[in-house]
Amino acid sequence: MIGGAAPVWAAPVWAVPVWGLVQLADPQQPPGPAAFFSFLDVSLVYTVVKLLIVFTVYMVGVALLTLAERKVSAWIQDRLGPNRVLKGWGQPLADGIKNFMKEESLPAAVNRPLFLLAPAMAFVPALVTWAVIPFGAPLPLPWGRMDLVLADLPIGYLFIVALSSLGVYGIVLAGWSSNNKYALLGGLRSSAQMISYEIALGMSIIPVLILSGDVTLGTIVQQQARGVWNALSLSVACLIFLIAAFAETNRLPFDLPEAESELIAGYHTEYSAMKFSLFFIAEYANMVTASALIVTLFFGGWTVPFWAAVNQPPWAWWKTVITLGAFLAKVLFFLFFYMWIRWTLPRFRYDQLMSLGWKVLLPTALAYIVIVAGATLGLDALGVRRGVGYGLCLFGLNVVLLLIVFFLVDRGRIVSPASARVRSAELTRLRAVRARSALAAGTGE
Amino acid sequence: MYPLFYSFCFYLFGLIAIASALAFVTRRSPVAAALWLVNVLFCLAALYVMLDAPFIAAVQVLVYAGAIMVVFLFVVMLLNLGLPGELADARGLLAKILAGLAGIVLLAKIMSSRTAVPIESLMLRPDSLATVARIQGAVAPVAQPLFTEYLIAFEVTSILLLVAAVGAVLIGRRRAAAVEGVGAG
Repeated sequence: MIGGAAPVWAAPVWAVPVWGLVQLADPQQPPGPAAFFSFLDVSLVYTVVKLLIVFTVYMVGVALLTLAERKVSAWIQDRLGPNRVLKGWGQPLADGIKNFMKEESLPAAVNRPLFLLAPAMAFVPALVTWAVIPFGAPLPLPWGRMDLVLADLPIGYLFIVALSSLGVYGIVLAGWSSNNKYALLGGLRSSAQMISYEIALGMSIIPVLILSGDVTLGTIVQQQARGVWNALSLSVACLIFLIAAFAETNRLPFDLPEAESELIAGYHTEYSAMKFSLFFIAEYANMVTASALIVTLFFGGWTVPFWAAVNQPPWAWWKTVITLGAFLAKVLFFLFFYMWIRWTLPRFRYDQLMSLGWKVLLPTALAYIVIVAGATLGLDALGVRRGVGYGLCLFGLNVVLLLIVFFLVDRGRIVSPASARVRSAELTRLRAVRARSALAAGTGE
Repeated sequence: MYPLFYSFCFYLFGLIAIASALAFVTRRSPVAAALWLVNVLFCLAALYVMLDAPFIAAVQVLVYAGAIMVVFLFVVMLLNLGLPGELADARGLLAKILAGLAGIVLLAKIMSSRTAVPIESLMLRPDSLATVARIQGAVAPVAQPLFTEYLIAFEVTSILLLVAAVGAVLIGRRRAAAVEGVGAG
């Protein structure tokens, strides 16, 4: 936040465009470069250092994730996966070099400025969202305490929602500017999908805000450290957030914008070489950010469960190391979860996608807000103190709610087998048909 | 803290906003115009942040840039409204002259009211917003009056929006039904 101490109306109107000239002309400004560069204090240096480290780790991590995705898919499908360049570990590097060396194709009929802008617009929101996520305990240094978050904004959660709503632009513009009907269909699908699920996403976090009483992510993490993880005390919200986050990152089972079997490659059909690669990187960057968000909002962030000493001051370097490790472990689990889901579930049909978003997730999230608000009001009135007991009371409520939600969403499909919904005479007939067809095919069971 | 850098950024965003707004009204392609408008909204959000109103800034980006403009782009792309001739509202010389006159009058009005003093009760002391934000956080200063003093206005607005949404669905359905009837007949 740049300065409350500097009301803008105090600055003369002409003191704007060129720094040097302005400094000569502005009587309020003390002379000399030292005054001009007075904003270069230690917190700025800290920020620059953190930026460099986080950006490097983030990009290397994203590169390694492409390898991890292929290894996990290979493991799930019982094959080897990449094992050539440095036994597979050099594969991201090889892919990167390949993408730089490839020919950049620029189709004649594209809208050139938007075609070039779209990959960047897909990537930037995912990267910038990371700025408000706290990823470790504060680190005490000789020059002062270093908070392990890039920008602890007072509007933390709203910043995330605002930026995640911009992620759709890259995909929509790529689809439209390509001047290709499959790309356009992909772009249209993604804009409808992301708008629909954004609402459920935003609504599912409101119970978290009710419990924490503030929108900054640091407060949310601390509140979970004092009580129990929000994943327990607000399980239904966690479930909705998880589903909506999958849809927001366009990962299977919600990858309709690039559904290969229907749309060639969807919105990035016309892209080649590094521009395609940037969409690829953006997908993984989005996954990392979404995983970090799930961890921060519902799984205690960087705090370590059952070890209160690590999560509290006085801070020490070893606490920072341990909490960083805890955060990394949690994020890695959810990244694995993303891949696990991708190689397990098939893609939704478009109408199923829409009805899930609007008819199931949104009403559930709305009802849940009312229930949680009522429950907190009731618990406060009963005099239950905020803490572990409070969270466990809510957890009990959530178990009941989850059972009801599963029963309603399931509509007797998973909990009870399909055969339970057919009359017994019909079942006997169907079984006979199946036995006959198996005999006819010569593959009797 | 550092007024020079601050005012530099403030006026820089202001200039970008004005330039983008000009680009927005002069582009012929609706998609390009929409994107320039998104840029304007962004710059306004940046100005809000610099004026110690981060909540308004976030809501600005979320609602306008993130939701309304995306829906707008969706419709433009879905209907493929690429031809500017069909879209122009002001047609003919007379309409253009009238629109230009109205613009000049509006500008003159704004310029003349620049020197007018706002009502005393609406004025905030310098830094009072920052003080409130330090004590209450970024959201509470907006939420407190919204859900106490202006609760009725807030709820009436939400009903108004609901009526608009229901009305849009109704009109859409009636047209769809009419088209279906023609197809069946």
